[in-house]
Amino acid sequence: MKKQMRTSIAAIAAASIFGAGAAMADEEAELIINGEIEIVTKTAAPAHAENLGEVLSGWRFRSDTTQEMQMDDFDNPGMIWVESAAEAWATAEGTEGKSCADCHGAPEDMAGVKAVYPKWNEDAGEVRTLQMQMNDCRVNRMGAEAWGTDKGNSIPMEALMASVSRGMPVNVAIDGPAQSTWEQGKELYYTRTGQLELSCANCHEDNYGNMIRADHLSQGQINGFPTYRLKNTKLNGVHSRFKGCVRDTRAETFNPGSADFVALELYVASRGNGLSVEGPSVRN
Amino acid sequence: MKRTTIALAALLAGLGMANAETVAPTNVTYEEGAVALSLTGVPGNPMEGAKVVSTKSQGNCVACHEISDLADVPFQGEVGPLLDGAGDRWTEAELRGIVANAKMTFEDSLMPSFYKTEGFIRLGKAYTGKAHEGEVAPLLSAQQIEDVVAYLMTLK
Ligand code: HEC
Ligand code: HEC
Repeated sequence: MKKQMRTSIAAIAAASIFGAGAAMADEEAELIINGEIEIVTKTAAPAHAENLGEVLSGWRFRSDTTQEMQMDDFDNPGMIWVESAAEAWATAEGTEGKSCADCHGAPEDMAGVKAVYPKWNEDAGEVRTLQMQMNDCRVNRMGAEAWGTDKGNSIPMEALMASVSRGMPVNVAIDGPAQSTWEQGKELYYTRTGQLELSCANCHEDNYGNMIRADHLSQGQINGFPTYRLKNTKLNGVHSRFKGCVRDTRAETFNPGSADFVALELYVASRGNGLSVEGPSVRN
Repeated sequence: MKRTTIALAALLAGLGMANAETVAPTNVTYEEGAVALSLTGVPGNPMEGAKVVSTKSQGNCVACHEISDLADVPFQGEVGPLLDGAGDRWTEAELRGIVANAKMTFEDSLMPSFYKTEGFIRLGKAYTGKAHEGEVAPLLSAQQIEDVVAYLMTLK
């Protein structure tokens, strides 16, 4: 007993000698949540991600301790918001006196939905994110107010939708009527913005696996969103993350909810086709 | 010998000898990526240069490059090549060109252009995410470029 403790102390000491940079992920670790949900964090890249051989979840780039937090829902702080969203799911709101549950049943009945968003909506003639679709229900079916993008209840509800799809492969459609939006997103992904003139691809395609100062660059995949970040101790939405990355190129950002970010979300999601839905994930 | 040069350079910089004509970012002449003329006419100060290279709000070169000479600066990046020996591999004019605008030496380089004020897409106001307004300042001043070049020349 005592001996075991000594070794772990020694291990901790050794880790700190190499500094925080040594808190590197175990490259071969696999993610199984609650001992039962198997998550694909590495797989062959879809053909349309033509410059990638394989696609990797951001989970693989995080430290062992951050990785472990996502392996059990009791350790995953993001699940607190999922629980609150489950309540909101069953609560009637708006002039129609309806709740999400009245139309859709249990949250679990929505398994598979998150995996195919953003998605073309025929009636509206546009590509919609899951948040846009939730707001369509709120405004047109419940007579309730729309939620702001990545604000208030929209993130917890998106996390609830993600949580019931965990383990299912991301599979967003990029052909047919969605194609032009997808092309627009792709264009943005490769545009070098700001005074640093960096594109998403410069960091997340050309340099994933490399350190940029203290950050271990991942592929910038969004299969794990919404994501709980240790840095700001809350759940973060995709558009907020995009905004932060664009800002870091010393550029004028796009707004969360803008057509540009909707297109970028479709494009980035499609680069992760084949990875499992993982949200709410844990990142640093 | 080296020590005296450094001390002398520091002294000159300290005396504020920036009276020579400074070359504006839009007037720099690149020849195959290299810039022969000093941007300020004031010799660079390698100690100041080392500071610019390792400070986040300045050059932050270590975000992308590792430099063994600066071993005490934590979290050096691996996006660009190791800069050890840069002063052997390149002439002063070539280094001035690379630091001022690396894209003149390496086509489509990932490396930001530190002495450039035009041709940006969606230029922001520093790291605020807001649109830039008014005159554009380069990422580094002319003298900071000279200081960085002087520092890189010591990496032999
Ligand atoms: C200057 C480098 C840089 C650029 C340019 C950049 N990012 Fe990032 N991005 C980072 C860093 C650093 C992180 C945090 C570590 C990581 O997950 O890669 C990050 C994280 C992310 C994440 C979170 C991944 C996860 O698993 O939680 C996403 C998504 C993302 N970026 C998308 C983008 C998109 C889209 C763009 C372009 C609009 C972009 N990034 C541009 C540096 C950059
Ligand atoms: C965002 C990343 C990035 C930053 C920041 C950056 N560089 Fe670079 N640098 C590169 C890359 C990548 C190359 C390799 C050239 C190429 O193929 O584009 C390079 C090349 C160089 C070279 C030539 C390398 C050699 O062969 O010796 C020098 C010198 C250099 N950089 C100096 C600097 C200095 C000084 C700074 C800061 C003032 C800086 N860099 C900031 C990415 C960066």
